[in-house]
Amino acid sequence: MNNDKKTTGIWKVISASSMGTMIEWYDFYIFGSLAVLLSTKFFPADNPTAALLSTLATFAAGFVVRPFGALFFGRLGDLIGRKYTFMVTLLLMGGATFLIGCVPSYETIGFMAPVLVLILRLLQGLALGGEYGGAATYVAEHSPNDRRGFFTSWIQTTATLGLFISLMVIYITRHSLSKDDFTDWGWRIPFWVSIIMIFISYIIRRNMHESPVFTKVKEEGKVSTNPLKESFGNKLNFKFVLLALFGATMGQGVVWYTGQFYAMSFIEKTMSIDKDIADNIMLISLALGTPFFVFFGWLSDKMSRKWIMMAGMLIAILAYRPIYTSMYESSNEKSMKAAGNSLVIDSCKVIGSSIAEIKTTPDKVDPSIKKTKILISTKTDSLYNTGAKFHYTKVDTLFAENAIEFDAKANAKNEVWIKYKTKKDTTIITNVFKLKNSIKPDEKPLKIDTLALVSLKSFPDGVGAKFHPAGVSLKQGVEVSKNITDETKWHLIWMVFIQVLFVTMVYGPIAAFLVELFPAKIRYTSMSLPYHIGNGIFGGLLPAVATFLALNAKKANDMAKEAGEALPFDRPYLEGLWYPIIVAGVCLIIGIIYIKANDKNAHD
Amino acid sequence: MNQIKRILGIVWIAIGAVAVYYLFINQALGMWKAGGEKIIPAIIYTFVLCPLIAYGLFTFGKYCLSGEYDDK
Repeated sequence: MNNDKKTTGIWKVISASSMGTMIEWYDFYIFGSLAVLLSTKFFPADNPTAALLSTLATFAAGFVVRPFGALFFGRLGDLIGRKYTFMVTLLLMGGATFLIGCVPSYETIGFMAPVLVLILRLLQGLALGGEYGGAATYVAEHSPNDRRGFFTSWIQTTATLGLFISLMVIYITRHSLSKDDFTDWGWRIPFWVSIIMIFISYIIRRNMHESPVFTKVKEEGKVSTNPLKESFGNKLNFKFVLLALFGATMGQGVVWYTGQFYAMSFIEKTMSIDKDIADNIMLISLALGTPFFVFFGWLSDKMSRKWIMMAGMLIAILAYRPIYTSMYESSNEKSMKAAGNSLVIDSCKVIGSSIAEIKTTPDKVDPSIKKTKILISTKTDSLYNTGAKFHYTKVDTLFAENAIEFDAKANAKNEVWIKYKTKKDTTIITNVFKLKNSIKPDEKPLKIDTLALVSLKSFPDGVGAKFHPAGVSLKQGVEVSKNITDETKWHLIWMVFIQVLFVTMVYGPIAAFLVELFPAKIRYTSMSLPYHIGNGIFGGLLPAVATFLALNAKKANDMAKEAGEALPFDRPYLEGLWYPIIVAGVCLIIGIIYIKANDKNAHD
Repeated sequence: MNQIKRILGIVWIAIGAVAVYYLFINQALGMWKAGGEKIIPAIIYTFVLCPLIAYGLFTFGKYCLSGEYDDK
């Protein structure tokens, strides 16, 4: 009976803590998932200061502010208690997220918009920095010693679940509204949804009690008077903070970001897979992988937490390059041809072209001239004898003055013809032209190029006027998105799932590991800082550093190609992986040599 | 094992120095020169990442050398 009560109690603690932490991760990730759209609303690229604020919002909140949140709220948690502190972080995060959804756009309130968003984003970073350590400590301090890994692993599922739910809410919102409505106001919905979840979580958490371990520390009068000094000013404790950072969280951070964020960006940007399909791949992989956080948490109670985490890092280091090679090759036409697959339908076969979007604005200098931007979407197909099929969508942008009525058609000869009419005063002119090289898979995109109009005819509908091609220009499409077969999709799901498995191995047991490393009176402060430096700084920098390395390799190859020299990089798209491989490699060696395998009850 | 732990302290200090050299000389300086959007990453590299790695790995290496992580 008593055991039943205890078990019911711990599940209440876990659900209250996990739900709040998951919502905080959700709040944090929707900003990142909607970053491209948000930048058009709040951080216009033509305003350098706003663009700078955008970079600041991305970097500062994700990397720099989180460790400060860890220090600020960690200290509070060790002084006044876990329960009240992580209640504050929850409300702070919820409030900031809801308000981001309410901030008027740059067009409406000007410069105040990016400033407000930046401030709110910083508050999000601070709140997140304080939340995780509190939740992990709170659950761990309610758990029996021999099941700490299992119970805290539920907290470990929340970061992935938060990402999963953020992708899902955005996906549902985007598909429930028209494209215009979503771009106009619909993007605010995921931010507003947060406030409902925060309210429910607040009600649940409000009824929880303080952790029994902290209550005992308080009753015995052993509460730390200066947690920051005791954590980082005392060599006996600080050496474990450094060990936690360099021997565990640093490697765990890069494995986490590679498996979830770099994989997503690689599929979307490097492989040019359609965004909806990429989201779908991520959603399925995350859903399949999430239960393994609990499995490895449970397993870490049965054997050493250290060796599970180290094994995860080691396998990840060895497997990353083969995994990413396999992912890339699965949708690369050159590789398919090299493998002896023959095309059934030519890869340049145009299957349709249409006007995707038209936007007309008055010219800034001469408002009588109406400038029209026309997006022309062209689709092509490649079908291989193996059944593999790729659809390409390329969007070209036509700029025209005083244009009315538009049409775009593809004909049997693989040509895309554009027809549109312009009106000046009472004269209407019909223009017809053909797009040069309308699409080719893997072609190098061209910049704005009026020479792309290789065939141009014009004839007046009205009387007497002659068409003048000035004012017409074309930017050839740079957006190529591939559709893939189900077989390729499931291959990619499997590849991402394997990476999520590595994440679960290193991340599942780490909350229990960190909690056990530090004494109760300074636990919140001591474990939060290495966690957020490892994840926020070493992990958070991964997308930027990895992209930088891959782009540099591609640039070096392009230069060598132009100079007629041998290419320095065999597979430039893999170069970004050196960052997680090196960081996790150093962390693995430190972890293996310095972390003690059976030190679970050192501070009980 | 304790001997290995201590000797490796030198390696961690050296890795810290190499990492800071690479991050500051090869990356941050270029970003400072480029200006514009690169300023924020330059600030983060110069004032967050480099000091963190330099101080962190140096102190960690020093603790290793002085036997703080020895098995008693």
